[in-house]
Amino acid sequence: MAALDSLDRRLIDAYQRGLPLVAAPYAAMAEQLGVSESEVVERLQRLQALDVLSRVGPVFDHARAGASLLAAVSVPETERDEAAAMISRCPEVNHNYAREHRYNLWFVMTAADETQLGVRLDTLEAELGRPLLRLPMLEGFHIDLGFPIPWAELESS
Amino acid sequence: MSTPVSIAVLDETHDEHRLRALLERGLPLTSRPWHSLAEQCGMSEADVMACVRRWQAEGLIKRMGLVVKHHALGVRANAMVVWDVPDDAVSELGQRLAAEPAVTLCYRRPRRLPDWPYNLFCMIHGTRRDRVLAVLGGIVERQALQAIPHRVLFSLKAYKQRGGRYTREDDSHDRRTPQPA
Repeated sequence: MAALDSLDRRLIDAYQRGLPLVAAPYAAMAEQLGVSESEVVERLQRLQALDVLSRVGPVFDHARAGASLLAAVSVPETERDEAAAMISRCPEVNHNYAREHRYNLWFVMTAADETQLGVRLDTLEAELGRPLLRLPMLEGFHIDLGFPIPWAELESS
Repeated sequence: MSTPVSIAVLDETHDEHRLRALLERGLPLTSRPWHSLAEQCGMSEADVMACVRRWQAEGLIKRMGLVVKHHALGVRANAMVVWDVPDDAVSELGQRLAAEPAVTLCYRRPRRLPDWPYNLFCMIHGTRRDRVLAVLGGIVERQALQAIPHRVLFSLKAYKQRGGRYTREDDSHDRRTPQPA
């Protein structure tokens, strides 16, 4: 894990949600944390450079922001990286994971609407030459990944 | 609660659509980020902030803040646990699982028989596989789920991980290439 000091951790702990909606949000965060605005901005830039921070901003509810679908495909392990690269090349794919199952590649595709999503999935399915398991969300019970980071566990593992 | 699609998007103006496309890529790390966004979509800073406030109130925006990459932080044991729950019990169980502190995402999805019998999905993130399995064992015990068939699909590799882009590709005039995970 990248070495994060206590200011990095305080930033993450305090602001995975509740970014102040004010004209100068980084200055407002800095005031809360007792540091300068430029320090906050530099930290955010560094976290982004370390690839720990994906971005600062809103997380849209995907059911309302457009169309989104979880899909899986079963490919021979020897062809997994190649198939995964084909999937990742689609700009509409935002998550793509290998998992321990006969269905060994799992990805999420998003698009502006259902029609566009269906077309893109059909194209990818044809390119992969294997049937996709299409698993739309029917009901969401808990759809927020902003959980507390277990710093202590990370240090002991 | 079935999934309404694109309802919030229909009455969006062109400028608002542009703003959403930019926001999906993140807020600029500049002193007045809303002002920078406003300039790029031909809106005033006040209008941009009012629009974001409205999207928050409407629930289109779930949360706003630092979106971290858990894998890069070391939270690397990422288990998708899938359950084959009787149809008349799945919504109630989904709500109970979502209330478990260790469950970070929980969804109902369709079965695809005969290949895929599972209709309830939840994610458990943790630092190590053995810890995640211990947490799952605790959930099975507490929620009395011994009779519900389930499978644990740990992730082996993250090929790609970034925020969803629902707006069309050319909406933001963004020329950065997607980051590989």
